[in-house]
This record gives sequence, structure tokens and C-alpha cells, in this order.
Amino acid sequence: MNNIVFVNIMRFFGLLALQVLICSNINFMGYINPNIYLLFILIYPALNNRLLFIFSSFLLGVIIDAFLDSGGTHAAASVLIAYIRPLFLKFSFGAAYDYQSLKFSNSNFTQRYIYFLSLILIHHLVLFSLVVFNQDKMLLIIKQTFYTSVFTFLLCLLIYSLFSSKKV
Amino acid sequence: MQQLFNFFIKNKTLVLFLVLFTIAISLTIKSHEFHRTKLFNSSNYIIGGVYGISHSVSQYFHLLKENELLLEENSKLKTQLFNHAKHSTAEPSLNQPYSLNSALVYNNSYSLTNNYITLNKGLEDGIKEDYGVITSKGIVGVIDRTTSKYSRVLSILNSKSKINVKLNKTNHFGTLSWDSKSSGIVQLNDIQDLVKFTIGDSITTSGFSSIFPANIPVGTINSYRLNDTKDLYIIDVKLFNDMTNLEHVYVVKNTDFKELENLNQSDE
Repeated sequence: MNNIVFVNIMRFFGLLALQVLICSNINFMGYINPNIYLLFILIYPALNNRLLFIFSSFLLGVIIDAFLDSGGTHAAASVLIAYIRPLFLKFSFGAAYDYQSLKFSNSNFTQRYIYFLSLILIHHLVLFSLVVFNQDKMLLIIKQTFYTSVFTFLLCLLIYSLFSSKKV
Repeated sequence: MQQLFNFFIKNKTLVLFLVLFTIAISLTIKSHEFHRTKLFNSSNYIIGGVYGISHSVSQYFHLLKENELLLEENSKLKTQLFNHAKHSTAEPSLNQPYSLNSALVYNNSYSLTNNYITLNKGLEDGIKEDYGVITSKGIVGVIDRTTSKYSRVLSILNSKSKINVKLNKTNHFGTLSWDSKSSGIVQLNDIQDLVKFTIGDSITTSGFSSIFPANIPVGTINSYRLNDTKDLYIIDVKLFNDMTNLEHVYVVKNTDFKELENLNQSDE
């Protein structure tokens, strides 16, 4: 149990540092920056204290907002996906989640892809709607959401498969 | 009362979510309408410190380019100095209301819709809000928040930025703003359709505000079109500065700033 807590704390600070020092300065094609800190929310243990989980997601979002001077946009999007996550876990993993035996490391690839992609898309849609904050620029919001989501999704999968241990 | 408590305990997840979400949304709205958010921004002590460490590593990758820029600026200043020496007796010595303070860029964003720059100088170095920031090539932005050691600049690449500039040739002035599309192009508004200009004309600061002195270069006219009511031009200005690559900047300090501020306040 202590091990899981330790791993999650390390993941929190590791992803935070990686995000603000490297990933937010990539500017691929001018404006595409992957938000890999989402991985913390995505692979947080499925069996958890929901209050603590929602609060730590908020904290992560607020700290990233402070670094990037973006008001509260990352915090709002992060809290939202942390709250609706159980719905998507049930939708993507079905029975495994219902019987509370879900482990991301031995889940099916397709299930994991659907789960990652759906939450990342929702996060970015909320994020860019709040960042742009102008309903006349819907096209800009959709364009940024799409490109950034794809980039984030690929990087999250890459990092996840690099660092996941097969033993668990 | 008992029922109310029971309701909260039963729905504690939803309540926590709603509280945190509301906080986040209000922070967002505040940052959109009121640009001096007090709580969280990159001029914060801890966050500025982290950016400082990161900068101490990354600056080595830009040394060559920075040296070239400094050399270029040096040669320009030397030319001015040599030419100045000949006429120096003819020119009266004016007391100069502006002084420059050099600073390093710790963090620079240019790909968002509202971009900010973090500098390594703050109140301790005499830097205050509403001071202008320039490089040797052109303008960068205006200081919008300072702490004792760090300060944050509202970049000209920010939808909230409004700077008074003029056409160098005809002295017609207008407002510089940004449509958040390209990091090299900003928009000059409020130029009347009677004004004559051509592509390639240079734009400089007007000197009407106390923030920037007059005649600091901004950019050249890239293209232009009329606005919806067909009486004002919208001019795309190509910046002299490469906003994606800033390292050494100067903070312009107006020594008459307090006097001017008092003057404006007594007006209101």
C-alpha cells in the first residue's frame, strides 16, 4: 500500500516537472504542446479514495496553471475528468471494473486506447474552450483540441509503455 | 439541519467536485477580465525559482546566437557614438527621463492566446508595474506584475495587450493589438482610410504614453485591409523582434513616471 502511495507521489512531481520544463516548450508546428501530466489522472489506481483523487487532480492543474499563467483552465479541465473518470472506466473496461479487479498493466490494448483517447479529448475540449473563451472561435477550439489531443495521446501511450512494469 | 448534513455526507464527492470546479472557473474568468491576478502566476517566488534553475541550464544552448545579437547591437551603438562625437557641441544636453535596466528572460511563451514572459528582476531592482520592456530590435511588452525578485511581462503577443504606435512616415497613430494567430505578426488598428502608406513602411512607438519613449522600432507593414465599416484600416505588422527567441531584454524606467501618474490621477 505504501508503495502505491509513494509511486503516485513521485508520478505527480515527475510529470509536473516534465510538463512545465519540457513539454510546454515544444511548440510543435507553432502551437501544439502535449499535456502529458494527464497520465497521472489516467493511470491513478482504479480503487481509490475519490475525494483525495479529485483534490490531487485539482492541485496538479492549479500548479500547472501557475507555471503557464493560464488562470484556472488546466485545473478546471483536470477536476472535470477526475470526476467523470469512473463512468469511462466502466464504459471501456466493463466487467473488470465492476468486479474491482482492474489493473491497467494487464488490460486489453483496445480498451486502454479507447479509455485514454476519450478522456484526453474531453480534457482538451474543456481546456481550449476556457483558454480561448470566445464562442466565435469554435473552429480554433476544435482545431487545437484535435491536434493537441492526438499528440498527447501518442506521448502518453509511449511514456506509459516505456515505464510500465510487466510483473504487476 | 441533520438532513442537510446527511445530504452533504452522501454526496461529498459531488460537492467537492463542484467546489473545486467553481474555484477553477472563477480563476479563469478573473484572469480573462482582470489581468492582475493576485494568487497564482509565474512571478511567484517558488515558480520563479524553478524557472531560474531551468534557465541556468537552457541558456547555454543560446550563447552563440546571443553573442551575435550583442555584437550587432554594439556595432550599432558604436556607429551612433562616432557620428555623435562630431556634432556633440551643437546639441544641447537634455536631462533624460528614461533609464534602462537589463534583465534576463526566465520563461517565454508565444504559442498561447494570452502570452506572458517571466523576467529575473523585481521590486528589489526598482522594477514596477507598467514599465515597458524592449530589446535592441524592438518592443516586447509591458510589466504587469512584480514580486520582490521576479516580474511578469504582458507580452505584445497577448489579446489583452494594447500599445500606442504610429506610422513613422506620416505620424498617424493607432493601437497595436494581437489576433492570436501568428507569433510574428501583430495588428495595427484605428488608422483612417485617408492615410497613405505602402507595404514595408516602418512602425514605431508614439511616445504618447509614459510607458515607452517615442521612436522605438516595432515592425514593418506586411499587408493591410479595411475593417467591416470600411472607414479604418487593419494593418498587419511584421515585428522586428523574433518573439520566439528572447534572452536579454531591457526594462524602460521612466523617471517622471510618478509625476505623470499623479497628473492623470488628479484628472479622474
